[in-house]
Amino acid sequence: MASYRIDGDEVRASLTGAAGDAGRGRSIVLNRSEGACLLCHSLPPSELGAEPFMGNLAPSLAGVGSRMTAGQLRLRMIDSTRINSATIMPAYYRIEGLNQVALAYRGKPVLSAEQIEDVVAYLRQLK
Amino acid sequence: MERRVPGSEQMNWLRAALLAALISSCAVISSAEDRAIPLNQLRSGSEFLSPELRALQADAFANPGMLWVERGAKLWSTPAGSAGQSCASCHQDAAKTMRGVAASYPRVDAKSGFLLNVEARINQCRSERQAVAPFRYESDDLLSLTAYVNSFSKDYKINVVIDGNAETYFEAGRTLYYRRSGQMNLSCAQCHEENWGKNLYAERISQGHPNAYPAYRMEWQSMGSLERRLRACLSGVRAEMLPYGAQEYRNLALFLAWRAQGLPMESPGIRR
Repeated sequence: MASYRIDGDEVRASLTGAAGDAGRGRSIVLNRSEGACLLCHSLPPSELGAEPFMGNLAPSLAGVGSRMTAGQLRLRMIDSTRINSATIMPAYYRIEGLNQVALAYRGKPVLSAEQIEDVVAYLRQLK
Repeated sequence: MERRVPGSEQMNWLRAALLAALISSCAVISSAEDRAIPLNQLRSGSEFLSPELRALQADAFANPGMLWVERGAKLWSTPAGSAGQSCASCHQDAAKTMRGVAASYPRVDAKSGFLLNVEARINQCRSERQAVAPFRYESDDLLSLTAYVNSFSKDYKINVVIDGNAETYFEAGRTLYYRRSGQMNLSCAQCHEENWGKNLYAERISQGHPNAYPAYRMEWQSMGSLERRLRACLSGVRAEMLPYGAQEYRNLALFLAWRAQGLPMESPGIRR
């Protein structure tokens, strides 16, 4: 697990030290077995590709790149409970303080540091 | 214009006293019960189904769950074990003796103090009365007998006991319900209390009531127990599944039944 520093509501530095790949980020967001972001969030129709369904539990990701900095997006993906302890959003880069995690996932974050950076790069493009 | 009648002063005083008593008792009940979804806003899972699936559930000839109920009817009067005892040997006609019974489960067995669901109650009879091996969890035999017993509670309102010797189980179930679990770090309440009615992809989240089970689920293309359904949610949040029959499932089932108190039983239900 990469270490990171929280400044206000941001993690300003890349978890990998490098910029992510927005193309790979888009496929993580759309893929049901990776990020599964659309289980709860929606995207502008132009971004949807082959995925026909979107959830409505969480805010739309349309324009999220204009509303938030890369640092804000990064912290919200790493561990959204740092911002709102009651949030329904899973922590995508956290392995501590979880209950009864299935063996296959124990000790592993939902997404890798590289994947987090790829998604941050993609979301920043949603202006 | 107010009409004054003889003795109205006394009546008003009585009314005020009754009202005060009513208000104070209501306050006690609501704080003790602490219901996140008020009883008058309960919605069965069948309300979240398509009209086609609702119709399938309502039609006893088309409802595939009835295959298990029919099989259960045969098992009810089939002797098992060296003593040749069947369920009917003790309980006679289930249409009379089992009427409304399942609506009060899970319940505490007075003798052992254990919290039993209908499946466990059936297996207790097999061990203690028939002296045969218990049915395996999710076997067609156990699902069938459970579905048969539950079918005599169809349309009966769920009514479970949560105080006395049930209280510890109930509180453990409540704790589990509100605890986040799995890699996805979600509690039951976050979906089924805070976000029911919204969509996960295209699927509407229900209030998570247990009144259809054992149910025929389209995803399974088969009948399954409430425990199997609970395991599906655990798998969804990437939490470790406990073995069938685990105490945690039963505690949770008691809490779920209390949340659904007053909701009519639908087993054999149809679910997505």
